[in-house]
Order: sequence, then structure tokens, then C-alpha cells
Amino acid sequence: MSTETGRDDFIISIRSAFLKKGTRQKFSIFTLLVISFIVLSLEYFKSGPVDKFRSFTKDIIFKGSYYISSPFIFFEDKYYLFQDHMRMYDKYSESKNKKVKLESLEKENKFLKSENIYLKTIIDDRNNFSKDFLISKVLIDNQSPYLKSIIINKGFNHGIKIGVAVKHKFYFVGKIVGVNYLTSRVLLASDLNSKIPIIIEPGRINAILSGKGNNEYADLEYLPKDNYIKSGDLVFTSGTDATIPPAIPIGKIIEMDGSKFVKFFTNFNQLKYVKVNK
Amino acid sequence: MSNFNKKILNTFVNSFPILILFFLAFTGFDLSFFFLEKNYYFNFIYLVIFYWVLKKPETLGFGLIFFAGIINDVVQNFPIGISSINFLLLCVIASFIRTRTLLPSLIYDWILFLIAILIIDSLNYSILTLLFNSEIKYSTLMSSSFITFLIYPVLAKVFNGIYLLSLRQQNVE
Repeated sequence: MSTETGRDDFIISIRSAFLKKGTRQKFSIFTLLVISFIVLSLEYFKSGPVDKFRSFTKDIIFKGSYYISSPFIFFEDKYYLFQDHMRMYDKYSESKNKKVKLESLEKENKFLKSENIYLKTIIDDRNNFSKDFLISKVLIDNQSPYLKSIIINKGFNHGIKIGVAVKHKFYFVGKIVGVNYLTSRVLLASDLNSKIPIIIEPGRINAILSGKGNNEYADLEYLPKDNYIKSGDLVFTSGTDATIPPAIPIGKIIEMDGSKFVKFFTNFNQLKYVKVNK
Repeated sequence: MSNFNKKILNTFVNSFPILILFFLAFTGFDLSFFFLEKNYYFNFIYLVIFYWVLKKPETLGFGLIFFAGIINDVVQNFPIGISSINFLLLCVIASFIRTRTLLPSLIYDWILFLIAILIIDSLNYSILTLLFNSEIKYSTLMSSSFITFLIYPVLAKVFNGIYLLSLRQQNVE
């Protein structure tokens, strides 16, 4: 008898939790859960009016998020500015001590470029990648262990397409994974789901750069067993996926605990403006 | 304190859970921190929803929680609707605990909070990996759940202060 009463109480509590509308509550949780499942099922519609409505909603939310975050972004900027200021003397000393003959390197670079163009014409290699880059402002810098991405203020209205490369200064930062009317999402190379075909120089070794959810360095996948890569070797995009142009610098090889990783050239925490390949 | 100031304070204290919920959803602010070269992350929104639905459900409308979930999905790049489901299920569990609790205690709430977030994170992981093929590190998810659980008493104390302040304001009126 007491067991039955206990079970009844339990069922009543569950029913109450799902269906009871408390004071100042307009909807029961059950109704809202049903609506949530319907909204979730709409994710399967990747085109048509549902997609347009989703794109419009995302634009509004991203703009809202940008304005709400702006005071905090201001203070974050000031913090990084202060840090940079404190490191200024060290950086100056470092630059002064570096005996880099920039002029001669520039000339060597010019020579190699012209030689490269000449060699490409000999083998009839055509560069199908656009060299136009669109400067975009970073609206939201959203980074958690699950997601390393940024939202930029350019969308398909500005000619941006899914899959294209995004750079910061000269360095690769990621690729476009979602395009709305006025905004786009860039998946950073450090994200867990990021897989970028790369080439390691010297040696022209092909591999895949796989994000670890860490903003400092990433993993290398599909490396040949007998490779001769060493710390300090440079990593560039290989362009083999036909969407990301080749030869964009990404980072350099570092060794930690006997394993090889790629240390990014870009500081993903301080992205304010990026360049998107059109 | 003048009447006007009291009114502002009262409005702020009463709408604190809604303000913080939407602030967290819009900004994706997660209070993650680095310790021993590792990034520790905890889910602040779970703490806010669980505490306020348990203590004072009339301050956080379920409709608002649903909308906060939609915003969170857009900002965090999750399939739209998944966070709403998580948040509403957390509300179900908190409401259930509320109806079954005779004498509220922090330890009891704390342990049930762990069970609640484990259920919700398991469901979240299952939906994301099975239906949407998202790549999620199970270890990261579990560690974030555990840190969220550890931080609950601290934030519960802070929220309790705000809750008592709102009660005091109501009594003054």
C-alpha cells in the first residue's frame, strides 16, 4: 500500500514538473520541449525558406551578441594593450639582437618568386585560386574547448562562400564554415573539427593539420612513417583540397614529449580584423 | 535610500537571473580558466538555471529559458534547439526536486545537481554525436561537468545572497 502511494507521489511530481505552469509562467515545460524538438528537426532543411529564416535569425543574434559583448571586448583590448606595452622593451631588445639581413632576404625572395613563376609556366601549372582578399571585422570571438570560431561581419551578400580561406596578416587562421546574409562563421585551425591539408618545408611532406582545441598548437595526421621533419620546419597550406590556396604560412614544427606538433604563427586570442579569400 | 533608488535596486535584484542568463547566452561567456597549462571550463548557464528554478522559479520564465537556449545554440554553433532541450530538461529535474524536497539543504541540492548535469550532458553528447555527427571530446565534456559540479556551492552562496536581498526588498514593500 505504502509502495503504491510512493509511486503515485513520484508520478505526480514528474507530471507536475512537466505540465504545471507556475506563477508568471505562460508555457509548460512539456509544450516548450515539443517546440524545441520541432526546431531541432528543422536543422535537416539546409536550403529554402527555412534556411533563409535561420540565416536572418543568426544575423540578428550575432549583431545583438556583438553589441552586448562590446564593453567587455573594450576592456579585453585594453588588457592586451597593457600586456604588449609591458613586453615592449623585451621585444625591442630581441629585434635589436636579431642579425637578420632583411634587405638581402627580400632580394632573395624576389628572385625565388620570379623563378617560381617561370617554372610554373614551363610545366603549364595554372593557379585557379583567387588572390582577392576581403578585409572583415571580427564581431564575436567565441572560444571554448568545444568550439574555436569567430564571427565576421561579411556574409553571402559580400560574395563569401563556404570553405574559403581566412588569413590574419600573412598567416592562415581558418576557413569559412557557415555563411549568413550579413555575417559568417570562421572555424579556426585550432578547432577540434578543423582538418587542413598542409605541406611541410623543406622536404615537401604532405600531411593533415588537425586541431586539438588548443590555441597554441595542433596535431599532425597522416604523416609518412619515414619522415625527416624537425623542429623549426615551416608548415604551409598545400591547396590540395581545391578551396584553400597553397603556400599560406600556418606555423612551425615543435617537439613535445617525443611527438611533433605545429605551433601556430597567429595569436587566435587577438583577432580583430581578418582577410577572407573571395 | 530614496524611493527611486529602491525601485531600481528591486527591479535589478528581481530580474538578475534573467539578465545573467541572457548575458551568458549572448556573449558565450564561460569563465574558463587556465591552470597548469590546461584549460578548465564550466557551464555557468546550467548553474544559473538549476539554482533559480529550484529556489525561485517565478523569476525565470520557461519561455525565456527556451529563447536563451536558441541564442546559445546560434552563438556556440550547435544545432538550433539542442540547448533549449538541455535547459528545459534541467528545469524539469529542478522542478521535480523542488516538489520532492521538504527541507532544502545545499549538500542535497549539490549531489542532485551532479546527477542532473550528468543526465543532460549524456543526452547532449548522444544527440550531437549520433544525429549530427559532431566531434566532441567525451573527456572534455565530463571534466567540464565535474568542474561545474565543484563550483556549484560557491555560486549557490553568491546567488543565495541575491535571493535573500530580493526577499528583503519584497518584505520592505
